[in-house]
Amino acid sequence: MREVPFALLDEQSKKEIRRAILKGVAIPGYQVPFASREMPIGRGWGTGGLQVTLALIGKEDTLKVIDQGADDSVNAINIKKLVQKTTGVETTSRTQDASIVQSRHRIPEVPLTKEQILVLQVPEPEPLRAIERSEYKTKRYHAEKEYSGAYLMLFEQIMRYNQTSQGADYPVLVNGRYVMNPSPIPRFDNPKIDSNEALILFGAGREKKIYAVPPYTNVQSLAFEDYPFVVEQFEGKICRETGLSNVFLDELTDEKTGETYYLCNDTSYMKEVLARKVAVK
Amino acid sequence: MKEQPILQIQKLSKQYGKGCIHCQGEHVQLEKNFCPVCKTVYACRDISFELYRGEILGIVGESGSGKSTLMKSLYFDEQITSGIGLLEDYENGTANIFEQSRQQQRLIRNTILGMVYQNPMLGLNMDFSSMSNIAEKQIAAGNRHVRNMEKRSLELLDHVNIPLFRSKEAPRNFSGGMQQRVQIAKALSNNPPVLLLDEVTTGLDLSVQADVLDLIKSIQRELNISMIVVSHDLAVIRMLADRTIVMLNGQIIEHGLTDQVLEDPQHAYTQQLVYSLL
Repeated sequence: MREVPFALLDEQSKKEIRRAILKGVAIPGYQVPFASREMPIGRGWGTGGLQVTLALIGKEDTLKVIDQGADDSVNAINIKKLVQKTTGVETTSRTQDASIVQSRHRIPEVPLTKEQILVLQVPEPEPLRAIERSEYKTKRYHAEKEYSGAYLMLFEQIMRYNQTSQGADYPVLVNGRYVMNPSPIPRFDNPKIDSNEALILFGAGREKKIYAVPPYTNVQSLAFEDYPFVVEQFEGKICRETGLSNVFLDELTDEKTGETYYLCNDTSYMKEVLARKVAVK
Repeated sequence: MKEQPILQIQKLSKQYGKGCIHCQGEHVQLEKNFCPVCKTVYACRDISFELYRGEILGIVGESGSGKSTLMKSLYFDEQITSGIGLLEDYENGTANIFEQSRQQQRLIRNTILGMVYQNPMLGLNMDFSSMSNIAEKQIAAGNRHVRNMEKRSLELLDHVNIPLFRSKEAPRNFSGGMQQRVQIAKALSNNPPVLLLDEVTTGLDLSVQADVLDLIKSIQRELNISMIVVSHDLAVIRMLADRTIVMLNGQIIEHGLTDQVLEDPQHAYTQQLVYSLL
C-alpha cells in the first residue's frame, strides 16, 4: 500500500492550490477558481479551508482549528486530528502559539500577527449570489465593478427592518475594488479584517474558489451615507465567566433557572482570561 | 434652425448567425427575415430613425418583425451586429453608444434610458419590495442615501397610483397592471430623457390597458419625456404616438405622422394591417 503523502495531498495538488492562493494574494478579494479535491470529510464541512491549510502547512507549523469560536467541537477536533495524523505538526488552542489558524465563522479575539495565517472556511464565496444565480453574470458584475446588487440587498433589509439585518456574510469592499463575502463571520469580526497584520485566506471547497486578503489591506464593510455600518451591540451585557464586555458574546439559557446569560464566544480566549484571573488570585 | 434629435439611429442591424454568400452582398435573397440556405436570421436590417425631444414614436408590426429586438438593442440587452446610435445627452451626440464599453452602456441605461418590458419578470425583481425595485436604478446610478431613495421611490409609486401602504410588498403579489405601473415607476426613477416601452399593455384587460395608457400619456405631458412605444395594437399607437414606424421582416417599410400612416397607408402590408382590424 502506498504511503499517505505529507499533508494528505500530493505535491501537484498542493502546488496548484498554492498557485491559486498566490493569485488571490496578488488580486485581493478576487475569487480564484481551483480544482477542489475530494477530501476525507464531507463537502460543506470545511474542505476548502482544509485544502488551503494542507497546501500551506510545513513541519515547523503549529495549527489551531476553531469551529464557531470553539476549539473543542467535533468538527474542529476532526480536522485537527486529520492534519496532525498526516503531518505530525503540533496543534494548539492558544491563538498566539499558532502559525496557522483554520477557522469556521469566527476571527479570534486575540489580534493576529504578521507571523500568522488565518484560513477561513467559506460555504458560499459569491457575495452577489442572493440576487443573481448565474455565475457567468456575477463574474461579469465583478469584472465591471457593478455592485449595485450588493447594496440593493442591504437597502431591502433597511426597508423591511429599518436596519441591515445581515448577521453574517456581510459584504465588504476589498482594496477599493472587489466586493467580497468575508465568510459567515459575524459583523462583529468584519472590522478585524481591515488592515490586519496576518494574511487571511478563504477556501470554498464545494464552490471551488480561493480568495485572499493580504496583510494591511483596506477592507470596508458596505454601507450607506445615512446608514453607516454597525457591528452587533452587546450593551449592558457581559460574559458571565470572565466579566468581559468588548467581545462577541453567545446568548445562553441556564437550564435550571431559565435565566439568560452570556458567555465569551471565543472559548480559548475565555479560558486564557480565566487562567490569568486565577494566577492573579 | 432645425431641432436636434435626442436619439438618432443609423443603419442598425442585428443578425443571429454568420450569414453566407446567398444572404450577404448586394443581391440579398431572404425568405421573410432569414436566409433559406444558412438559416441566419436578420432580426433588424438597416434600421434608421430619429426621435425628438418630447415626442412619442410608435413602432408597429406583426410578431417576429423585429420590434422587440430593436428595443432590446437600444437598451443594450442585445449586442447589435452593426449600426450607429447617437444620444444628445451622451457626449453631446458625438459618440456611437453601441461602441462604448459595457460600463458606459450601463451608465447610459441607468441615467439616460428607461425601459418597460412586456414581461414584468424581465424588468422587476419579484422577490424584492416595490420600493427596492425602484431604488435599484438609483443605486446603480451611484445614489447611496437611503432616505433620499426611499422618498423618491414613494413619490414615484404615488405617481403611478400604487397604494403607498403596499410599497413594501413584492411585485409578485400585484396584478399585471400594477406590475406594469411599478415598472414604469422604476424606469422613471432617474428622470431619464428617453423611455422605451415594449408592448406594455399586452396581456392586460381593456380597462387596465386604458389606465396604463392614460398614465403613460400623462407622464409624457408632465415630464416632456421622449418615448419609443412598441406595440402590435394599432389602437395603442393611435392613442399615444406622434409619429409611427411600420416594421416588416426586420425592416422599416413605412414611416410618417401617425394619422397619415394609419389613415392613408401607402405600403401594401400597412394597408393590410390597418384594414384587418376586427
